[in-house]
Amino acid sequence: MSWLDRPASDTQISHRARLWLYGLGALVLAFLAVPTLIVIPMSFSQSQYLEFPPREWSLRWYEAYFSSSSWMAATATSFKAGFCTALLATPLGTLAAYGLHASRLRFAGLAILALLTPTIVPVILVGIALFYAYVQLKMVNSFLGIVLAHTMLAVPIVMMIVGSALKSFDLDQERVARSLGATRTQAFLQVTAPQIGFALVTSAVLSFLTSFDEVVIALFVSGGDNATLTRMMFLALRDQIDPTIAAISTIMIVMTSLLLAVSQLFGKADS
Amino acid sequence: MTTASAFDAAGAIGDDHAAGLRRDQWRERMGLAGLAAPALLLVTVTMLVPVGWLFGLSFLDDSGALSLEHYRRMLAEPSYGRTFLTTFEISLATTLICILLGYPLAYFLSQLPRRAANLCMIAVLLPFWTSLLVRTYAWLVLLQRSGLINTWGMKLGLWSEPLQLVHNMSGTLIGMVHIMLPFMVLPLYGTMRAIDRNLLRAAASLGSTPVHGFWTVFFPLSLPGLAAGASLVFVLCLGFYVTPAMLGGGKVTMVSNRIANDIELFFNWGAASALGVVLLVITLVVLVLAARLSRGAGLFGAGH
Repeated sequence: MSWLDRPASDTQISHRARLWLYGLGALVLAFLAVPTLIVIPMSFSQSQYLEFPPREWSLRWYEAYFSSSSWMAATATSFKAGFCTALLATPLGTLAAYGLHASRLRFAGLAILALLTPTIVPVILVGIALFYAYVQLKMVNSFLGIVLAHTMLAVPIVMMIVGSALKSFDLDQERVARSLGATRTQAFLQVTAPQIGFALVTSAVLSFLTSFDEVVIALFVSGGDNATLTRMMFLALRDQIDPTIAAISTIMIVMTSLLLAVSQLFGKADS
Repeated sequence: MTTASAFDAAGAIGDDHAAGLRRDQWRERMGLAGLAAPALLLVTVTMLVPVGWLFGLSFLDDSGALSLEHYRRMLAEPSYGRTFLTTFEISLATTLICILLGYPLAYFLSQLPRRAANLCMIAVLLPFWTSLLVRTYAWLVLLQRSGLINTWGMKLGLWSEPLQLVHNMSGTLIGMVHIMLPFMVLPLYGTMRAIDRNLLRAAASLGSTPVHGFWTVFFPLSLPGLAAGASLVFVLCLGFYVTPAMLGGGKVTMVSNRIANDIELFFNWGAASALGVVLLVITLVVLVLAARLSRGAGLFGAGH
């Protein structure tokens, strides 16, 4: 094969001398991608024991999932919590990012640091601290409690996404609108918001996923009628490997991919 | 009125206006900053106050008096030292493996044409957007005694007895490397893409071999990305809970697992909060050191 001896880079190294790099790169890529994807065919197996490739195909684990009232209740809780988190975190984080960006105050950096603490503090600490606080406030196992906790986790993510979108946005455009008679709110809604629309959609999607995927805090502060899907999965996995979870995992993979693909399409149409 | 006093009066009015404008501007800027108030309130109520509360709790003994009992016990009981040692060992091992796997991968991607690299990036980002629990579950299935790795390994004749791959340290490490690898690859890839190819051409034209050019020109220039990735991975590893809990099978106790056990099994709030405070302090110290090292380049910005 002649291409093997052709130079592969500016330093004139040949493809042949680089074969090990291509092999290693492909292996590491496979290590990253394959384990997650292998769950999908396994979820359609007939067998109780997770074998690959499955000998017989069936939808029994999907049936088990959809006919279980406790799995369904937990799924509903997780969806509701995700929606509420996206609904709260997107405006809160956007307001904070916009306000601190436009004010150009010296202590804005301090406020940003305070708002980013949820990404730095180990999540187990947040979990037990919130549990302790919710016990005093009688909010353990409450829906509001889990939504507030997840919103707090999602706000910094929204701030980082919207903040970086605002950095490449020229605030003079708002000044022009306001000099022509628009109020600040009008200027933001009609001039700025449409231009950072993609960042807003991405923020909402990632806020939803942050809540939907969150495990540790949900373990401590959710339960009873308001147990989340991740909490139930975690507890089920600690006891045994239940193939129902393969079905749930597949649904989650498909759902997340669809959500992100749609938000990406939105971004393409936007620009 | 003399001209001079008219000037003074005009100047005074001008000053008034200037002061007024400054006041208005100040008011507007404060109002804008005030938009962050709801978010700040939320983070204060659900995070800063509860964590502060725990902080206070860690300095109280069982009777509620101020004491360093919990910290003293942490120093006296060797099991706590072991927990911290395990946490450091696992974090360090994960970081090293991530460097060993991540550096060649990032280099490979940086050498590909942009379009192909973006396509491969999907594989790097896939773990990012699949739930942590889904991935942990996948590893449980793959690594168990009758799992895919063991059956295929034995079929291929690589080993004859089923290996104990999960519910121990190796399972924990595999799971953690899988989760942390993208955090290593992304900053490395960004840094490598930004390296000026002309420098390598210059090295080649001056007679350096490809390997020599890599080590003397490319590698040093990629170090900031390596430092950013490594410190990020190490810091995030310190706080891991789910992976050691599930893939460690109760045999691997990191600080987070110990904290959860103290609460769930022993209701020992004092011990748990003291551990939490130490974990937080260690995390912050590592972050500050890393920021000093890499001048804060792209350190913040990743969830768990």
